[in-house]
Amino acid sequence: MAKKLMKGCEAIGEAAIHAGCKLFFGYPITPQNEIPEYMSHRLPQVGGTFVQAESEVAASNMLYGASGSGERVLTSSSSPGISLMMEAVSYLAGSELPVVIVNIMRAGPGLGGILPSQSDYFQATKGGGHGDYRLLVLAPWSVQEAADLVQDAFDLADFYRNPVMVLGDGLIGQMMEPVEFGAERVPCKLLAPKTWAATGCDGSRPTNIVNSLFLDPEVLEQHNIKLKAKYDRMVRDEVRFAEYFTDEPYDLLLVAYGTVARVCSTAIEDLREQGVKAGLIRPVSLFPFPYAAVRAAAAKAKAVLVVELSSGQMIEDVQLALRGAKPVYFKGRQGGMLISPDEVAESIREVLAGKAAEVVNG
Amino acid sequence: MAETVVFSRPQALAAVQTHYCPGCTHGVIHRMVAEVIDELGLRARTVGIAPVGCSVLAYNYFAMDFHEASHGRAPAVATGIKRARPDLIVFTYQGDGDLASIGMAEIVHCANRGEKVTVVFVNNAIYGMTGGQMAPTTMPGQVATTCPLGRDVEQAGHPIRVVEMISTLRTPAFVARASVHTPLYAVNAKEMLRRAFRYQKDGTCFSLVEVLSTCPTNWGMPPAEATRWLEKTMMPYYPLGVFKTPERGDRAPRPLAPEEAVCRTM
Repeated sequence: MAKKLMKGCEAIGEAAIHAGCKLFFGYPITPQNEIPEYMSHRLPQVGGTFVQAESEVAASNMLYGASGSGERVLTSSSSPGISLMMEAVSYLAGSELPVVIVNIMRAGPGLGGILPSQSDYFQATKGGGHGDYRLLVLAPWSVQEAADLVQDAFDLADFYRNPVMVLGDGLIGQMMEPVEFGAERVPCKLLAPKTWAATGCDGSRPTNIVNSLFLDPEVLEQHNIKLKAKYDRMVRDEVRFAEYFTDEPYDLLLVAYGTVARVCSTAIEDLREQGVKAGLIRPVSLFPFPYAAVRAAAAKAKAVLVVELSSGQMIEDVQLALRGAKPVYFKGRQGGMLISPDEVAESIREVLAGKAAEVVNG
Repeated sequence: MAETVVFSRPQALAAVQTHYCPGCTHGVIHRMVAEVIDELGLRARTVGIAPVGCSVLAYNYFAMDFHEASHGRAPAVATGIKRARPDLIVFTYQGDGDLASIGMAEIVHCANRGEKVTVVFVNNAIYGMTGGQMAPTTMPGQVATTCPLGRDVEQAGHPIRVVEMISTLRTPAFVARASVHTPLYAVNAKEMLRRAFRYQKDGTCFSLVEVLSTCPTNWGMPPAEATRWLEKTMMPYYPLGVFKTPERGDRAPRPLAPEEAVCRTM
């Protein structure tokens, strides 16, 4: 199939359809409105259904019903709307329902602003809803990768019977880039039929109950242990990351995800021409986080610089990965302010010149 | 000589004991819902949605596929199921705290979109499972654990009449209120439920049946007295009857009147 120039939000919608998703439930919020708008005209063309829900609370519970019926289903929102969905996310995880949720992050807290941010990292990777659960979290750095990861997200959700979040920022949603969709899609996982779905019972099997309620603590603990084993399998099998400029020697390792990693790669490329040596590792899966890869890449550097559009959230996972082995530095912008390659380059120079303050906790 | 079965457990009801208190009407309502589903031949393609509240374990009592929804969200879950699988018969079973308090937005918009699902709304004027707190449907002066001096309408407002409110929506629907506190009223309630499920079976419209119910445990009175209290206190405020049918022309969709259409062209 030929490459097509598409806005990130539209590519995300088309990718879902390409993955066999025929259902979208959502509620308007900036900066991701192009996803529901695209789905509202595109889904009927392919025999699908779009419903504009009365709230994100309702939309996420419509996902629950649709997924529990065995169908592929998508929603998208942005930070404040994702907060409203967190109740349902906990129930979806507890009931082991596969759904795909796209969060085009905007700056917070509260109503915050409508410009790009990465300040929902904790919410996405460490909880957000109540109870012991995990989301698989994937972070694209280009429109093409957003389209690819959304398709993988449906396979991963079905394989693990777990919600998967695609975490982008306003840039991913709004920028236009060439995208290509393969003609014949092959799922990234071997998928079993959804025999657990509540699709009506004629007596030929026991009734299927989509449920997260276990009043007997012994039964609930067994359920928790089963979920933990599933999250452990994700940690074992689903780590994704990419490295840049690490084939040549480097003094400083940068860690960044999403569009920020692209800014960092531009800065590193510029500095290479001036003899400043830095490498980059980009986590693509934020849960599971590529701890071992970050540790291994950092071993070849003198120090590590984490760059995020937040006050420093992923940095805690980098620190966990390093276990104090290397000094860690941080460069961040907040409030919807973007970071430029020049700013990153300046931070790299400062760190290497010993002029930057190391991040020390405790 | 061949045996003639004159009474048996409905197939749609599981062969288990319920946890409901003596004098509670949930059991009667469960049975009537199951009977209607059996009589209409819908069991094999019906999916129910249990609420949070006393009937949270309804999925154990009906012999059919079920979802357990979070508090108040059953109409949204029902929407998701029905849109994903329009061939399924989908019903929610909700109490007054679940539907009329925390789930008010979901029920109003589900009804207003005209989702072709059936809502069984059990109104016993109190929060049962959590121990007798004030509900949106608690009667003025009625004592509850969070209004120990009785519901003060100056502070808490008046009880919400769900059926009346839903029937103001223009989208075609079947909306009715019934009661099960005596056998005669129960016969009528079953007829309302039958109509509600038939409208869904025929793909006609959204349907909601409110069923007035007793809660002797949390009302603090014996079952017989609770029955009398329902008739004396609740029924005058929550009148029984059919409030809206899809056939009634005044609620049918109509084109915009010229004066309404003006804003669209401006």
